[in-house]
Formats: sequence, structure tokens, C-alpha cells
Amino acid sequence: MSSAKGNLSVSVWRGTGTQGRYQAFDVPEEDNQTILDIVSWIQQNLDPTLSYRFACRVGMCGSCAMMVNGKPRWTCRTHVRKVAENGRIEVGPLRNLPVVKDLATDMDPFFDKWVEAEGRFHPTRTRADPIETIDPESSSRKVADAGIECINCAVCFAACDTVTANSDYLGPAALNRAWTLLNDAKDGDRGGVLDAVSGSGGCHNCHSLGSCAAYCPNELSPITAIAGLKRETARSFFRKGR
Amino acid sequence: MIGLKLYMLQRLSAMVMAPLVLGHIAVMIYAIQGGLSAAEILGRTQGSLAWALFYGTFVLAVSVHAAIGVRVILAETILKHRHALDGLTLAIGSGLAALGLYAVYAVTAS
Repeated sequence: MSSAKGNLSVSVWRGTGTQGRYQAFDVPEEDNQTILDIVSWIQQNLDPTLSYRFACRVGMCGSCAMMVNGKPRWTCRTHVRKVAENGRIEVGPLRNLPVVKDLATDMDPFFDKWVEAEGRFHPTRTRADPIETIDPESSSRKVADAGIECINCAVCFAACDTVTANSDYLGPAALNRAWTLLNDAKDGDRGGVLDAVSGSGGCHNCHSLGSCAAYCPNELSPITAIAGLKRETARSFFRKGR
Repeated sequence: MIGLKLYMLQRLSAMVMAPLVLGHIAVMIYAIQGGLSAAEILGRTQGSLAWALFYGTFVLAVSVHAAIGVRVILAETILKHRHALDGLTLAIGSGLAALGLYAVYAVTAS
């Protein structure tokens, strides 16, 4: 099915922690080749010590995001022909996260922000209670639905300049999660979520630059979610003087 | 480095400033086109409680708004220390308020 077309010039970040450099590889070009295919080819054929992370290969697990030619992308669904610049590709670890080794980043800071944003579900019923009926056409459910397809790939976190400049900032993904919970009729801690996103690293630090929505591979709009959180926290401020 | 309270303070101070900016621009255009001299302007402002309140409110809103704005810029560039940021925000706000209110006093006191 596939046929060799020539070679791609691929630069791949190699190193641990803050130390490292780009290493050049020549990779055969193939039809329908993804960035993850390239990284895997290098690891399987040229250098088995190359470290990177992936799982599903179909854009569902959110584990293979990397910087490709300076932009954060899900590499398993990113075709080489769409991003190669004159046959050159630069692959690096996700921005705004500590590097473990080569292309694998430490995702702890990203998921810690989810916890800080009170991104866990707060149930109001037990297993013994009947399942709550939710109208899929209700306005709040539609708003929640617009944000729940997040795959936790951290592309938005890597794209956000506010995350770069402010280490306390919760970031687009965690705030998007908080917004979906706030609009979930089954979640029982609306006040807790609003408090969690109102701190010194909360939603009010967003400058509405919009990189999160521009780069989200699932075409979600965290910037819209953050605007919603700003609106709801402002209402809460006037109601309760929070 | 800003939470809900500073965010709301900055938005509310902006809402106060918006009509005052328009009023200030209207006054400037009127003063220049009418060819008012400094003495004529002072003749209208000195002893005027209305002008003192107008520009006094303006100065206070600007002081709050600008101090928080500068705080955000500093926090995202060169100053990461929370207490230093708090102190500098207060100092910038107080400084702007003191200088501005002094100027308002100078042109409105009779």
C-alpha cells in the first residue's frame, strides 16, 4: 500500500531534564505517514533509546502530544504532509511541562492543576438511588457537552502563553473541566468549583489569547469555558461577596 | 497572580473610568476649541466641588485599575514573589492616588 518517496529531515529533541539538544535523523517518507509513525520508525530502526509516549494511536488516549515544528499537536493524528516545512520536521517535548527524557514529559503538573481546579465529580446520590434523569436538550447540558470530549492531551496547556508566564495558572484544560462540572446538573459542589477557580492562579488570569482553542485537536473551546467561569464567578461575587 | 477580588476591582474601576474618560475628552475639546486660558480654566475649577468629585473619582479609579494592570505585567515577566507583588501593587496604587489627588486639589481648592 505505501511506497517510499524520499527522505524527511527530522530533528528530534534528545536529553533529560533541562539538558539536551536536537538530533538529526533521515526518515523514509511514506504515504499517509503521521508524526508518531516517524518517531516510532526512528525508535525501531535507528535508535532504540529514544523515549516517547503513546498508547491508542487513534486520537483517544491523549498521550502522544508533542511539539511539531514549534506547535503542539497530537502526533498520532497529525499527517506529515500537512506540517512538514520543505521536507523538514522538528519534534520536541510538550512546552510548559518538565522533560523526563527526550519526548516524554512529566504530566504531573498538568494533572495537579485538574485537582486544584476541583476537577473531580462531586456526586449527590449513592448507588442505591435511582439514576438522575438529565434532559440532553437543556441549555446547561448542551454547554457541558461542548466541553466533555477533552482527552487530557495537554496540547492546550503547551499552547498557552499565560501558563508559560504564570506557573500558578490552572491552565485551559483544568478550567474547561471545571466549567463542564459547573454545568453538570449531577455535580453537587458548585460553590467549591467556583472557589477553586477564583484563586490567584484561577480563571481570571486568562488573557483570552485563544491558543487553547486554536490548537485543541478535538476542536473544543477552553477560552469559551474560561469566559463562562469569569461570568459565573462575577455573578457569585455580587451575590455572595465571594 | 490575580484572584477574583482583584479581577473584580479592575473591572469595576474600568466601568467607573469609562464615562469619566468621555467626560474628560469632552472637557479638553471644549477648553481648546473655546480658547480658554489657564486662568479661565482655573476660574471655573477652583472652589468647584463638582470638578473635585469628577477628577477625584477619576484619579482613584485610575489608581486601582493601573496598579492591578502593572501587577499582572510584573507577575508574568520579572517579579514572581507574591509578597513583593502585593507591596508593589499597593505602592503603585497609593503613589498614583497621592500624586493625582494632589493635582486635583491644586486646581480645585479655592
